[in-house]
Amino acid sequence: MLAAGTAAAAAGAAAATWPWWVWPLALFCACFLMGIVAVPAGIGGGTLFVPIIGGFFPFHLDFVRGAGLLVALASALAAAPMLMRGGLASLRLALPLAVLASASSIGGALLGLALPVAAVQIALGVIVLGIVALMLVAKKSEFPHVSAPDALGTALAMHGVFIDGATGRRIDWQVHRTAAGLVVFLVIGVLAGMFGIGAGWANVPALNLLMGVPLKVAAGTSGLVLSLVDSAAAWVYVNKGAVLPMIAVPSVVGMMLGAKVGARLLTVLSGAVIRRLVIAVLLFAGLRALLKGLGLWP
Amino acid sequence: MNVNSPATASAALVVDEVQLRYARLLDWGTRIGLAALLVSFAIYNTGLFPSKVPRHRLPELWSEPIARYLELTGAPAGWQWVTMLQHGDVLGLVGIAVLAGCSGVCLLSLLPMYLRRGDRAYLGLCLAQAAVLLIAAAGVFGGGH
Repeated sequence: MLAAGTAAAAAGAAAATWPWWVWPLALFCACFLMGIVAVPAGIGGGTLFVPIIGGFFPFHLDFVRGAGLLVALASALAAAPMLMRGGLASLRLALPLAVLASASSIGGALLGLALPVAAVQIALGVIVLGIVALMLVAKKSEFPHVSAPDALGTALAMHGVFIDGATGRRIDWQVHRTAAGLVVFLVIGVLAGMFGIGAGWANVPALNLLMGVPLKVAAGTSGLVLSLVDSAAAWVYVNKGAVLPMIAVPSVVGMMLGAKVGARLLTVLSGAVIRRLVIAVLLFAGLRALLKGLGLWP
Repeated sequence: MNVNSPATASAALVVDEVQLRYARLLDWGTRIGLAALLVSFAIYNTGLFPSKVPRHRLPELWSEPIARYLELTGAPAGWQWVTMLQHGDVLGLVGIAVLAGCSGVCLLSLLPMYLRRGDRAYLGLCLAQAAVLLIAAAGVFGGGH
């Protein structure tokens, strides 16, 4: 992927002279590969999409972010129904968080489209490098201990139950620090809208480590929150004319097919190796975005 | 958090009826959206309908910022695309609109259930979330030339 990206960047100047169909085809292939590695790496495809496609393909960042939001949205929508039926995504938990995050994502999307592209590139680079740091150091707690739910969580009945597939046990869960969680999701919404990168990387730690939601429910509910947040932000990009079907459709289809293959390869591929590979690619893409924004790597 | 033994887990998982309805509708909305996306893209690439922006011109245009792109191509912004569905490239936005809009429809379908239960907090949250999506779709804070 790195080699393909570097080649694509080097070919940037010649891009306009290539036949039009080369880029959608290359985009489909790149997204298919990203979809394969996204599942074992435990990261949303949308998080990989914007830094890699924005850094190494000739599309303007406005179109890349529009397509990135659709990639994240389509993936979240496709997974949410099954997770909800299995109790691994909770609508009661998602809705209060999504209302705030989706409202702020509109602001984020408008801000992202209004800011100079260099400023967005720099901010994107910083965020992507932050995600790399988070992937390297963040801890996860499969079943966080919540001794007592807080008043707001109780008032909103943010609790539930699920059957852990690994052990067959029934797990009852509840939340704490709900007000802090709401504030964090307000910020997450801005980032999701501004960069079009999805926000599973931020949602899951916020739900799991801050609010005390079991890891599997945090991951499932994160997808449900994303489906609502990205819907709001996607409308902003559609209304601005920043969604080109020639970029968005091969991306969505490639990523979804790749994710299906990745899910099947989950037992074969080494999750740890793939995760290290993804961290390396993100590190490279984050540096590329940062240096591009600073004008040091055009 | 309370972890029960596998034996007690046999009291099968009961998922809230509201959540199941949302999941069912979202599943259908997503299927319809993805199908529309694929069919419209296939139509676009057959050249059956003329494109608003010819495909061979895209490589010289997609590296431009959005404002410049719209200026150069006259491509639609806001809801103008609805009046231009005779163009193959614009047709692709139908599937995208279904995907971005289906969550709102699912939320509205929950209102009678929350109303019957007297769950005013979630009735309000559902309405608020639907309103946010509606505001975004309407282009109240941007777009909609």
